[in-house]
Amino acid sequence: MRDDQTEMSEDDERPPADPAAETSNKSRSCIDFGEFHSPFPDQVLENVLENVLFFLTSRRDRNALSLVCKSWYRAEAYTRSELFIGNCYAVSPRRATERFRRVRSVVLKGKPRFADFNLMPPNWGAHFLPWVTAMASAYPWLEKVYLKRMSVTDEDLALLARSFPGFKELTLVCCDGFGTSGLAVVASKCRQLRVLDLIEDEVNDDEVDWISYFPETGTCLESLMFDCVECPINFDELEKLVARSPSLKKLRLNRYVSVGQLFSLMMRAPQLTHLGTGSFSPSELVPQGDQEPDYGFAFATCRSLVCLSGFREVIPDYLPAIHPVCANLTSLNFSYANINAEQLKSIICHCHKLQIFWVLDSVCDEGLQAVAATCKELRELRVFPIDAREDGEGPVSEVGLQAISEGCKKLQSILYFCQRMTNAAVIAMSKNCPDLVVFRLCIMGRHRPDHITGEPMDEGFGAIVMNCKKLTRLAISGLLTDTAFSYIGTYGKLVRTLSVAFAGDSDMGLKYVLEGCPRLQKLEIRDSPFGDLALRSGLHHYYNMRFLWMSSCRLSRQGCQEIAQAMPRLVVEVIRDGSEEAANDSVEILYMYRSLEGPREDAPNFVTIL
Amino acid sequence: MSLDTMKNSPESDDTGMNFKDTELTLGLPGDARPSTMTGGKSCTKRGYSDTVDLNLGTSSGEPLGKTDAADKSVTDASDAGKLPEAKAQVVGWPPVRLFRKKALKSCTYVKVAVDGAPYLRKVDLEMYASYQELLRALEEMFTCFTICRNYLDESKLMDPVKGTEYVPTYEDKEGDWMLVGDVPWKMFVESCKRIRLMKSSEAIGLAPRTPPNCSSTS
Repeated sequence: MRDDQTEMSEDDERPPADPAAETSNKSRSCIDFGEFHSPFPDQVLENVLENVLFFLTSRRDRNALSLVCKSWYRAEAYTRSELFIGNCYAVSPRRATERFRRVRSVVLKGKPRFADFNLMPPNWGAHFLPWVTAMASAYPWLEKVYLKRMSVTDEDLALLARSFPGFKELTLVCCDGFGTSGLAVVASKCRQLRVLDLIEDEVNDDEVDWISYFPETGTCLESLMFDCVECPINFDELEKLVARSPSLKKLRLNRYVSVGQLFSLMMRAPQLTHLGTGSFSPSELVPQGDQEPDYGFAFATCRSLVCLSGFREVIPDYLPAIHPVCANLTSLNFSYANINAEQLKSIICHCHKLQIFWVLDSVCDEGLQAVAATCKELRELRVFPIDAREDGEGPVSEVGLQAISEGCKKLQSILYFCQRMTNAAVIAMSKNCPDLVVFRLCIMGRHRPDHITGEPMDEGFGAIVMNCKKLTRLAISGLLTDTAFSYIGTYGKLVRTLSVAFAGDSDMGLKYVLEGCPRLQKLEIRDSPFGDLALRSGLHHYYNMRFLWMSSCRLSRQGCQEIAQAMPRLVVEVIRDGSEEAANDSVEILYMYRSLEGPREDAPNFVTIL
Repeated sequence: MSLDTMKNSPESDDTGMNFKDTELTLGLPGDARPSTMTGGKSCTKRGYSDTVDLNLGTSSGEPLGKTDAADKSVTDASDAGKLPEAKAQVVGWPPVRLFRKKALKSCTYVKVAVDGAPYLRKVDLEMYASYQELLRALEEMFTCFTICRNYLDESKLMDPVKGTEYVPTYEDKEGDWMLVGDVPWKMFVESCKRIRLMKSSEAIGLAPRTPPNCSSTS
């Protein structure tokens, strides 16, 4: 499910040290071209290095390597084929394309994550256009583009489709601004397309039958994901497409595909490894009394399935059909399936190999207990709320969390929405799951304490940073005092991403974190009482960060101005959130990031760059 | 899809802000209520507190027999038990993406069968706020029907051409077939597994309508 994305995030693992790079060190001292007319030693070195660097893919290693000397910088620039831009405004397209000349794959990330929750006014920026324009001339051999939270238009997609004859992979995550007409152009013009993955995008319905635009003679498609496309799909064309795509391994359908249609597709593509089921219920017009096909048979036929998702509009009667594949599943996404504990149990009891599991809290603590009992290999768990309100019912609690911690000791990543929690359960998880890299707990009621002791949640989160030595990503919630932040600053030495909401007492909270966490790169804070003093305490660190977001805190224009003046390579954006009162000095949204380019020229009028 | 036109939720999807939710008055679980609902913590979609939903704007319209009256009284009681600090909803909190919120809005589908009709339909019960809305939707779905009311104030669907009357029935969680309209709307949404529009003539064996506070479905 997110197996592709994990490569793209910052949290990629470093490969073992490249022995070839060390060899080139040695060769430097061995070269002696005395009698022959030969290129300068530096040139030879560069040639050698280039050949070696061809194999070096880790961008961290490459970044380090490029700092050794000019010659190494050049060699590295010449051989980097995968370009990762974590913030599209940190560097300009021109600068990037001038330094790296032979890029085949680009990752571009735009808006900050809090934009997903309507905290950022629309049309803030992150346009793909300047990038695709620059790349169209600079990288004719471009093969892969991965965009996250960018604004992409149909014209941008058309330009992409026209400009790169060898284009192979397009992945759009949380993007918007385009529609089915853009997809149609990509489908028809990118004849070598292997991957078209649309993940949580907002896609306009231009009423274009985009699925019919793929090459008629057969495609190279390996992955086609369009579960987020909220427009009806031409099923006949889809079926034909699947039939002429022999390499198709990953297919995620949208909710306009019924379970009967799914059956038909599965029978045509038994080689599928990843399947998103679309709506797991019959279409509108099912003949009464008609024998429905044996959907279990379709699942039995797709023996290679390891990843299942979808189940939109599920009618739970149909769930047992997936039994044949449960034993092999490594990834299961039920997070759109409104099922209860009983319904889950009958499935999950077979899923011994499950490593990634996303689910709705409709399964209750009881459902999570069943997961804990069976899924001993679980690495990643996400529990989403079916009722995302502060004062909802809250069918899961510390009971579920405790059970998971006891049953799933290999857990590395957790996202857990709940209405009530205790420090004890969080502490238990910190001890039972030492491999935790990502811990995100969202207690939906703001400022909610431990519901048994009435105490703040400081101790729980403190235990997490203390005991989980590999932790790089943390999201905190509930009633939290500055103490929680002092724990994070003291123990959270590897933390790279921190999300804070409605937490802390004073400037000290933020100060602890900015002074204590040397690896901090992404800090997003909302509705917390941190002001200018706290902001100032991070001056030593802001160039090391990708961004800082603070909304509805206690910042003043003056305070932000000081930062802007002290740090010329920082772009300090003060964003007005649409409300009228721009009069006073307080800052609604601060978004600041390091950049080589200075203030961007495409800022809308509600953005002031200090 | 006709269902989409039926969407009647007053919640504003686009901004992710659910101001209407602030009108909700929720008591804590366990508050005494003149309730038709038995206690019983259930691991199903909604707890009782969600049944008292002032949010769903429109019709308490025409009362559906005694049921709506019971609904109303429950509503009134919860008004009295209003918590002083009903929190206003905050933008972007809890942090759930709009796509997910929208997707989860329609996830309570049940099949609808009509005796003698060639096709099954399916409806999303959460699209509707009351029995009236559901019946109207069914009426539109099976366009030969019109809703009619008899002197007992029971709602039925009638095919005026053939003159047959259909009674909406549903199968609940326990596998019992009940008359639609017996229990408070929210309870119905939670317990309904499938709907069948049964010919009146065949509906004779069904449990007679019971006054709400004797209902024992969980």
